[in-house]
Amino acid sequence: MMDTSLISFRNVCKDYRMGAEIVHALSHVSLDIAEGEYVAVMGPSGSGKSTLMNLVGALDVPTSGDLIVHGLNLVEQESDTLADFRNRLIGYVFQQFNLLPRTSALENVKLPLFYSRDDKMGDMNEQAMRCLERVGLSDRMDHEPAQLSGGQQQRVAIARALVNNPSVILADEPTGALDTHTSMELLDLFQELNDSGITIIVVTHEKEVADVTRRKLIFRDGEVVDDISLTMHSAGA
Amino acid sequence: MKTLWKTVNIALVALRLNALRSFLTMLGIIIGIASVIVMVSVSSGSRQAVEQAINSLGTNMLTIRPGARMWGGRKSGAGSAAPFTEKDMAALRKRFDFIDDMSGRVETSAPVIFGNRNWTTSITGIHPAYIPVRQWVIEEGRNFTDRETRSGGKVAIVGQEIIENIFDGQSPIGLRIRIKNVPFTVIGTLREKGASGFGRSHDDVIFIPISTARMRISGKADRSVPNMVERIYLTIDPEFDMAFAQQELKEYIREMRKITPGAEDDFNVANYSEFIRARNESAATLGLLLAATAIIALVVGGIGIMNIMLVSVTERTREIGIRLAVGARRGDILMQFLVEAVTLCLIGSFFGVAIGLGSGTLISRLSNIPVLVNVPIIFVAIASAAFVGIFFGFYPARKASLMNPIDALRYE
Repeated sequence: MMDTSLISFRNVCKDYRMGAEIVHALSHVSLDIAEGEYVAVMGPSGSGKSTLMNLVGALDVPTSGDLIVHGLNLVEQESDTLADFRNRLIGYVFQQFNLLPRTSALENVKLPLFYSRDDKMGDMNEQAMRCLERVGLSDRMDHEPAQLSGGQQQRVAIARALVNNPSVILADEPTGALDTHTSMELLDLFQELNDSGITIIVVTHEKEVADVTRRKLIFRDGEVVDDISLTMHSAGA
Repeated sequence: MKTLWKTVNIALVALRLNALRSFLTMLGIIIGIASVIVMVSVSSGSRQAVEQAINSLGTNMLTIRPGARMWGGRKSGAGSAAPFTEKDMAALRKRFDFIDDMSGRVETSAPVIFGNRNWTTSITGIHPAYIPVRQWVIEEGRNFTDRETRSGGKVAIVGQEIIENIFDGQSPIGLRIRIKNVPFTVIGTLREKGASGFGRSHDDVIFIPISTARMRISGKADRSVPNMVERIYLTIDPEFDMAFAQQELKEYIREMRKITPGAEDDFNVANYSEFIRARNESAATLGLLLAATAIIALVVGGIGIMNIMLVSVTERTREIGIRLAVGARRGDILMQFLVEAVTLCLIGSFFGVAIGLGSGTLISRLSNIPVLVNVPIIFVAIASAAFVGIFFGFYPARKASLMNPIDALRYE
């Protein structure tokens, strides 16, 4: 199991200090996620879902335990190493889209390329355009976020997440700010990406979203209380 | 290099998105740099004018004149002591080899009449050596002969301003003018020397032989002091040290005038160029003071930059979070904001240089304040603007780079 896993939590704890109080956001979590999986993380607010995402995405580091992602133990790494890791391997999709305002869709998508340390990079514009095409927005490249609908903005965000060919896409409530119809379209897009081999972890509390994934991790009080894997067959529809 | 260019581009975009605010922030730098340029140009312009004035005086020239006379323990005004005479001049020349040229001078002011023109000007009685000693050049005609000088010849050499004012610019050689009703023949003209730097033109002058001036014009032919000269101008052989010559002259003149040891000099041996240079020192101090003021303006501009960068960093917290999330290193963020501050300062400094040069030109056109733009100061100004950007931009940029990505992303 360990050999094939892309993400591996071993006894990971994450504590936050809130004033005088210490909050155990994650306590002794151990779990594995294999390459190509499509995982939903569910649970009430404050149960540790977002913390899990932040740790996998190297935006934060565990207080104790080991967290190995793509062969790199994220505990005790230099901040530059973590930045390069985020740049190379992780694509984020946020509930609030988090696009740069007053900046065109194309420029937004190019942003990760700008910080890439990969010398063998091709033409930045071309790569960004390909990703916008992939999310169906090739005709909106010059639009600024304010000129785009919520669904379109989230597609731009997905294109940005894709542009560095990441191995994992982390989506935190990606449909939270969208209507049902747009949400469904977005889920189709995620499915497509997953079919192409990208590992997707999505935090959600919408059942419809969770239902399209093949595995559900249920969190409560910083612990995994349930880990439900579906067979390929029942995951369809 | 490519990365730097991209960073500069990001900075330019960010500045353009807040064009008005960027401009207002720059204003401090613009004013600071412009004032540095103007101040330095004006002060180096006046310094250059003074150097020119010194050169026009001749750097190896000394002036000897009588000083204050002690009269029963009271000091009378300068020049009240016994005047020098041509006899003294002869004694000096005999005593000192290092005297190159020497001339006496008697100066007065008198009306000059030519035809129906009437012009009051400086009438200067001189020896022929006065022309080379004071670095004058005969433009047309000739200098006085020794004979004319000794025997009170009624001949005159006129400056350019006189030619303009009473001869309408025509050559005056051979024409007759009347000075205090005495007819003189113009035998020579002087090449233009320009403004003296003391508010009077050098060229508004008429030279006549010193004996003629004493006898006929100035009324200074004191019978008790035959052949008096008000001042002696002399040049020192360039091989000799000026200070040494000055000292030797002083000692000998004390002897001549029988001044008891320990008593004060009743005469004065002055190195005129040194006097001007000293005056110039105070002008330089003023220039330094002005430059300091300009630098204060620049620092105030820098504080403005820091202030606005801090606002900008706070305002763009979320942007910083996004950049960190997609893989920007802390150094990238630091660089981005630092480059933004420096770009702001550099653009401001370009405007500042342009405005500074423009107002410098305007000042020299509209007034007679000499302005000298020296190119190095432009580079110094631009470099100091860049320094201000780095110095005052560093703290906000560092603050940006140390943000926690999660908190930054959550920032509303």
